[in-house]
This record gives sequence, C-alpha cells and structure tokens, in this order.
Amino acid sequence: MTPYIVLSAILFAIGATTVLVRRNSIVVFMGIELMLNAANLSFVAFAKLNAAIEGQLAAFFVMVVAAAEVVVGLAIIVSVFRSRRSVSVDDENLMRH
Amino acid sequence: MSHLAVLKAAAAAASSTGVSTAQMVLFWIVGIIAVLAALGLIFARRAVYAAGCLIVTMVCLAVLYVSMDAPFLGIAQVVVYTGAIMMLFVFVLMLVGVDVSDSFTELIRGQRAWSIICGLGLVLVLGGVAWRATLPATIGFQKDQDNITTITNALFGDFPFTLEVTGTLLIVAALGAVTITHRQRLTARRGQAELAVSRVAAGTQVSPLPAPGVYAGYNASDVPALDPSGNVIEQSVPEVIRLRGQVRRIEQFEQAQLPSVRPGEAALAGAPARPKPPSGTPPVPGTRQPAPLGDGAAAAEPAGPAAAVPDSTTDSDPAKGAKEQGGEAK
Amino acid sequence: MTQTASALAAAQVATTATGATNLLWLTILIPLVSAGLLLILGRCADKWGHALGVLAPLASCVIGLAALFQVLGQPQGQRTYDLKLFGWITGSDFALNAGLRVDQLSLTFVALVTFVGTLIHIYSVGYMKHDPDRRRFFAYLNLFVAAMLLLVLADSYLLMFVGWEGVGLASYLLIGFWNDKTPNAVAAKKAFISNRIGDVGMLVALMLMFWGFGTVSFSGVFKAAGTASTGLLTGIGIMLLLAACGKSAQFPLQSWLGDAMAGPTPVSALIHAATMVTAGVYLVVRSGPIYSGAPNARLIVVIVGAITLLYGAIVGSAKDDMKKALAASTMSQIGYMMLAAGLGTVGAAFAIMHLVTHGFFKAGLFLGAGSVMHQMKEQTDMRRFGALWKVMAITWVTMGMGWLAIMGIPPFSGFWSKDKIIDAAFIVQDGQTWRAWLFGLVALIGAGITAFYMSRLFFMMFHGSNRWDDDMDPHESSPWMTFPMIVLALGSVALGWVLSWTHFPEWLAPVTGSVSDHEPVMPSWAITVLTLVVVLIGIAIAALKYLKQKVPRLAPPGNWLTRAARQDLYQDSFNDTVLVRPGQALVTATRVVDTDVVDGAVRGVAWLSVGAGRALRLLQNGFVRSYAALMAAGVIILLAIVLATRV
Repeated sequence: MTPYIVLSAILFAIGATTVLVRRNSIVVFMGIELMLNAANLSFVAFAKLNAAIEGQLAAFFVMVVAAAEVVVGLAIIVSVFRSRRSVSVDDENLMRH
Repeated sequence: MSHLAVLKAAAAAASSTGVSTAQMVLFWIVGIIAVLAALGLIFARRAVYAAGCLIVTMVCLAVLYVSMDAPFLGIAQVVVYTGAIMMLFVFVLMLVGVDVSDSFTELIRGQRAWSIICGLGLVLVLGGVAWRATLPATIGFQKDQDNITTITNALFGDFPFTLEVTGTLLIVAALGAVTITHRQRLTARRGQAELAVSRVAAGTQVSPLPAPGVYAGYNASDVPALDPSGNVIEQSVPEVIRLRGQVRRIEQFEQAQLPSVRPGEAALAGAPARPKPPSGTPPVPGTRQPAPLGDGAAAAEPAGPAAAVPDSTTDSDPAKGAKEQGGEAK
Repeated sequence: MTQTASALAAAQVATTATGATNLLWLTILIPLVSAGLLLILGRCADKWGHALGVLAPLASCVIGLAALFQVLGQPQGQRTYDLKLFGWITGSDFALNAGLRVDQLSLTFVALVTFVGTLIHIYSVGYMKHDPDRRRFFAYLNLFVAAMLLLVLADSYLLMFVGWEGVGLASYLLIGFWNDKTPNAVAAKKAFISNRIGDVGMLVALMLMFWGFGTVSFSGVFKAAGTASTGLLTGIGIMLLLAACGKSAQFPLQSWLGDAMAGPTPVSALIHAATMVTAGVYLVVRSGPIYSGAPNARLIVVIVGAITLLYGAIVGSAKDDMKKALAASTMSQIGYMMLAAGLGTVGAAFAIMHLVTHGFFKAGLFLGAGSVMHQMKEQTDMRRFGALWKVMAITWVTMGMGWLAIMGIPPFSGFWSKDKIIDAAFIVQDGQTWRAWLFGLVALIGAGITAFYMSRLFFMMFHGSNRWDDDMDPHESSPWMTFPMIVLALGSVALGWVLSWTHFPEWLAPVTGSVSDHEPVMPSWAITVLTLVVVLIGIAIAALKYLKQKVPRLAPPGNWLTRAARQDLYQDSFNDTVLVRPGQALVTATRVVDTDVVDGAVRGVAWLSVGAGRALRLLQNGFVRSYAALMAAGVIILLAIVLATRV
C-alpha cells in the first residue's frame, strides 16, 4: 500500500505547485481538483488496507462535494470574466497594501 | 541486477502486502502515466491542453481504483469527475477563449522559486512520512463481497444523514451558480421594433437576409439561394462560410434549364416553346416545369396538380410557396 | 503632679472646681470661630468685622489671664494640669489623645500672645481703616491667634505640630495680604518654603520619637527621655532645632524674615516680632528633658544662637529700611534666646523672660514704625525721615522707651532679661571654660552692636535734620494706634523689673529646670559693668555718625562689610546657588527622565510596532498566488515540526 500513498503525495504536491505557478484561474482550479483526487486515492488505498468501506464512502463524498464546488467556482470565474474580461488570478489584486 | 530479479523481488514484496504482482505492474505503469500527465498540467501552455492532461490523470486514477477493489468508485470517477466535471471545465474554457495561453514570464518576485520549494517540500514531507511509516498488513476486501452492496449498505445504513445533506449541498450549489451568473440588464432589451427602426435609420438592409438554398440533394447552409432571375444570392450564405471561400457553386448541381422571361424570344430562336413558369416560382432542377399560364393552361393545370402532388406546397399556391420559401430562408 | 480634668461634656455644663483652666480650650475656639465667621460671611460682615475681630482675642485674653491668676494662686507643686479634650487617634500601636497642657510655661505664652495680640488687634482697627480688605485681615489675625494658642497649649508634639502648621499658614496669608503686588506674594512663598524646610525637621523628630519611645505626647516622651540613648536624643534634638530655625528665622533658615516685612506692619509686629518667631524658642525650652540628655545637641543650639545673634546685628547695622532693620534686630534677639535656651537649665528661664520682655518692646517698636509709615505715606526709607520728634511726640516717646529697653539700659525691661543671658553665657558648663569665654564674649559684643544699630535707627528716624519729601505732612496718629503703643511702652519700662521682683524665673523652674548655683567666669557685677560700657560705646558711635553729622539722603557706598550687610550677607545668592539651582536641575532631570526615558520607552514600543507593521505590510501584495505560497510554506513547516517531534 505504501506506493499508493507515495503516489498520492506526489500528485498532491503537483496539484499544489500548479496552484502556485499557473496564472490562468481555470488551470488553478484544475490543480485544486488534482489535489482532491490525490486525497481520494489515499482514501481508497487505506480502505483496502483496513478493509473498511468507509474509506470508499469518504472518497465518494469528496467527489460529490468536488462537483458542487466546481459548479460554484466556475460560476464565479465566469462572472468575473464577464466584468473584467480576464481570467488571470494576478489581475485580482485589489486587496494590496 | 537483472530485470527478472527486480520483478521477483517486487512479486515477493507484493504478495507479502496482499497486493498481487499484476496489480503492482499495473500500478507502476498507470502511476507513471498519471504523474506525467499531472506534470503536463503544470507545463502545458494552453489551458485546453492542461484540461486534457488532467483528464488523462483522472482516468488513470479510475483504473487504479478499479484495481483496488473499488469498481464503483472507479466508474463514478470516470462518469462524474471526467465526464461531468472536466466537461464543465472545458465548457468554461470555451467561453473564456480556447487559445488563450499563459505567458511564461513570472510577474511576482520569487514566486517561481517559492513554488518549487513548496512543491519539493510537500513531496519530501508527505512522501517521506508515507515512505517511512510501517503500515500493517493489507487486509483487503473479500472476494465474494459485492462492492456495490457493501457501499450501499454503509451509505444508506450508517450515513443517511450525510447523504441527505450532500443532496442539499448539490441543490444549493446549482442555485448558487445560477445566482452568481445572473446578469441584470442595465439597458432595455432591444426588441424587434427597435431593431427594425435602427436598421431603417442606418439604411442597411431592412428585411431579413434570404435563407440558404434548399435543394433536393443539398440542404446545407453553404449552398446559396437563387433569385427569380436565376442569379446566385450571395447574402443567403452565412458570412463565415463566405469569408472562408466555402460557398458551393450552383454550376456544380445538375443544370436546370432556366426559362426565359421575355415572350418573343422563343419565336425568334425557333426553339420549341418553353412553358412559361408561373411568376415568382424559381425553377427547381429535376422536375418538370409547370405549363405556362394561358397557352398551356389546360395542360398546366392538370400537370400542376399532378406535379404538385409530390410537392404540394409549392404548386398549388405559388405565392404561398414563395412566401414559405422566403420564410424558410429566414 | 498632674490633675486630670473632667470630660468635655462636664466642662460645658458648668464651671467645675478647676475654674478658668478648664475653659482654656475656649481661648483656641473663640478666635477660630471668629475667623471662620469673618471669612464665610464675606462682604456683608465688612461693617462690623473688625469689632468681632477685636473681641475674640480679647475674650481669649480674659480667660487666659483668669487661668494665669488661678494658677498663680495655687501652691507650689500644684501648677500643672492636663486637659483631655477628645480621643484623637485610636489605633493599636499608636493612640493619642488631643489635650491641653496647662503649666507655667504655657500660661506665660498664653498671657503674652493674648495680651499683646489684643493690643495689636486694636491698633489694626486704626491702621487698616482705609483698607477695603480689613475684615479679611482680622480673620487671618484671629486664625493666627487660635493657631498660636494651640501651639503653646498642646500636650503632645503632634498637636503642637498642628498649631505649628497653622501659624505658618497664617503667616503666609498675612505676608501676602496685598497679593495684587507680586513681590508680596513672592515674599510669602519664600517664608512658607523656609518654614516647610524646618517642618521636615519636626516630622523627622516626630518619627524618631515614635520609633524610639512609641509615643509623642509630652508626658510619654519626657518620661522615656530619661532612659533613652544619647544618640537618639541627639538626633531628635537636632531635628527639633531644625524646626525651630525654620520658624524663628535662625541661621541657616533666616532668609525669609527680612522679606516678610512686605506684609502690613501689625503683622510684622505680632507675628514676626512677638509671637510666631518665638515658637522655636518655646519648642526648645519645652523639650528641655530631651536636650538635657543630649549635650551635643545643646551645643549646636548655642552655636546657632550665637551665629544668628551676630548675623542679625551686622545686617541690621546697614539697613536703611526701618522695618528690615527691626526684622534683623528680631533675628538677633531671638539668637540671644536660642543661646540661652541652649545653655540648658542655667539659661532656659532667662530665655523665656527675655522672650516676654522682647515681645513687649519689639511690638512697641514695630507699632511705632507703622505709625511713622502711615504718616510718611508708606515710606520706609529712614534716609527720608529725620526730625520727627517734634511732630509725632507720642510715637517718639513710646519708641524711645522701646529703644532704651532693647539696648539693656537699666532700669528698663531689657536690662533685666538680657543681662541675665549674658551672665548665663559666661557660666562654665561641663568643664569647658573656653566655651564660656567664647559665647560670653559673643553675647557681649552682640549687645554693643545692638546698641549701635538701634541708636542709629532711632536717631535717623526722629532726630537730625529734616529730610522729608516735599509733600509730607506728618502728625500724630489716631488714638486707635497710639493707645496700644502706650501700653506696650509701659510694658517695656516696667515689665522687666516686675518679672524680676516676682521671681519669674523661679516660678518657671518646674518646667525649665532650676537655675543652679553655677558661677560665671567673671563676677556678675563685672559682667554688668562691661555690658553697660559696651552699650554706651555703641550709642556714642551712633550719635557721632547720625546725630552730629548730617545724614545723607543718598546712601553712601560704604566699605565691603556695609555692602555685604546691605545684601543680607549674600544669603539670597547663597540659597540660590546651593539650594535653588540644584533643586531646579533635579526637577529638570526628573522631567527629562519622564519624557525621554519613560515616555521614550512607550514611544519606542509604539515605533517598533509601527515599524514592524510597515515591514509586514509589504507581504500584502494582493496576489493570491503569493498568499498561497505562504500558506503552503506554513503547512510544510508545521508538518515538519510535528513529524520531527513524533517520528
């Protein structure tokens, strides 16, 4: 089971790096989805390890919530795009000092 | 060391942890693909390519789920995640602009360095923990245990409340999305009347554009319509197709004998008298021309209805047919 | 032997067997109530305020004299009463009753203060006739009388301190009475501050008494003083001396008395001649049992008295302002009293005797000076007087009596008291012969200088040529003013002889200690003769300079001693350099510490937080990605810490 966990860690790190590096807000969102998927993988691996079905249930719920979150998040991105005509996260820097 | 020895060692290790050799081989292959695709997510310049890479990763993960005795979750991953969520992403990308690409220059000072450090740090910390932890022996699910049944029993038996709340969450999310993207009209909606007025004022074409030609063999929008003189109406083809030069030429079709409108010409040329088409009716290639009014009115009349049977709307009421054709062109 | 009095309630109901002594607390209360009334009623009491102001001390005088005669009628050994008024401080470690101690010493002072005080109150009716604030003046004078009586009648050091502070307050209020003129207010402040420095000595003495004896009442302290250590008694004695110097304008706290002449002349007469400045002598004499156990403290008292004696005499010889000259004279005479008090049992009774006679003739001199001032349009410069004896006869005669008395010409009163002091100064004590010679000669020479400057004053004022300004028209003052002057002059003439004839020092002996049979180094008659010779020499010199020669209107430059004496022997510059400047520097340093160090620390903290905020503000660049990077870094660090401690 250890390799699965390590793979999950690697994918999580890649997802985090995507959030930090990319400027397109949709790609950033995709990085977040990748992080969620990595966590799911971890859940399923441990479910198999402990023969506990709750792990898979947790992964299932994560998926559902991720779906809802994507809906709302993309709605926000679209709304921001409509007013600002840009999807770059760097353009929303009004909270600067 | 030879490859065989590596495999043997992997098999030994795998069997001790309750994971079969085949599963391990599958894991290594799929896992590497997943990691490479994830890296593609970082490095792809175009957002659409990044989305594609992510889809690859998710499918790989679905494969892994299936291999880990979680078939339901694997299918759900494909259907929900890849099928719905990533499609949502692609839709929004299309709204935003598919070929918008990120530039490589980084604007924030030190961000790239910090990102690399954070990424590597996370890998080291999390992966290191996972590597060094000693996990107990894998128990694994029973072979005869039906995954779906187990999940269902647990979901509806132990976690019904969570299920209901999640359902509520989904509804709320949908409502939220609608609310967020709701646009309030700042100006009054320009209806037909206003559009017509503005067109008249501008002096442009007032009436709607003619529709593309509808022929027996061809019904696409790249076929132009013919005006009563038999000339091609350029404006009946959408502008994009026109700009791309993809307009089909009428001469490519079966050439129809186009009747002349001037009455004296037939006697001059000695050609057999051509039946005069009823006014306003464009010639349809491949059908007998209807008898002109007056001379062959009697011949036309029976021919009209007879010819009009397969095409009843056109002949019985030419004016109506013309109107309908005109209406179709809209 | 003490006789406890009945309770306050019983005293109020009817006169008890002890008679007037039981009512002595009224002598304090009546002037106090009168002062309160006159101040509270304000302008509506302006018409009759002076009448009440005169009647109050008169009532006190009557009661006081009645008590005195009652005690005089008692046989020897039954002349001390303790009157408990009320329980003042009730604690477990320290309990004090407020009460009055009635004995020969206190009754002497009561009689002096009320009698002379009443006379001066009567004088003030005429003196302040044209002053719109006359009522307020009488209020303050009554307040003073009440406080002074409390001072001399108190039966504990703490109660006496209350009166001590009260007279200091009254002195301040009265010196600065015309407070619309800044120099008067400054002089009042100077007097109060000098008094305050002395009060520190009093407080330290009180603390030492409590620490050493556990009590501050007279009976308790005097009983314990018999067995206390010499060191403690010396400490208490020096502290009490410091208090006395502040109140009696002795060296080194003498600088305020000259400036105190800025107040109205009745104030100068009553407070700064007859009564308040003698409170220091009262304190020293009352504390006899303490000083008898501390010979070193006594020596310091004598030295202080001797220095002040000469100091006052030298300064008085050069002053052209008649009131300042009389003030210097007061300082010098009190130096005599201090000298005598410091000599212990041999001289304490004579100190009191001189105090009484001095009260009469100095008050008379001051009242006469006031009379002259009134006629010469409030001028005090003696160089503008002269030849006044023709137009102000009564003033001339009464001042003349005072002049003869202060010099010690027999048979006037000063002769009887001052001569005894000079005699006592020549007595050998503790086997120290050189001390007897030293102090005796100092007292002798002081007598001569006294004669010189008093004659100078008298001749410059009343004799010689007419040096008035053009518009002066002096004539005799009103009877309101001349009547008290006449009474005091009678006292100046006769009181000394009367006191001697009635064996006043022996009557005081139970309190001051008996006059033992020590012999002076020279026979007494020789001392008397020498004194008279020195006095006559002084008069002669003064007559030569100021009677025979014309007194110039403009003060001549004079030699270095004259110039120094005109500057009060540079006392103000000395005080300024040694006390005022360092004090101001200390205050400035404290203020600097407060604003820069203490406030600076607070401001520094604020500056630090503002600076830190400014630096941290730069982290907020508005970019989500940099915030995300910070979060990721934080997560990694936290994880690393947690895992490092567990794995």
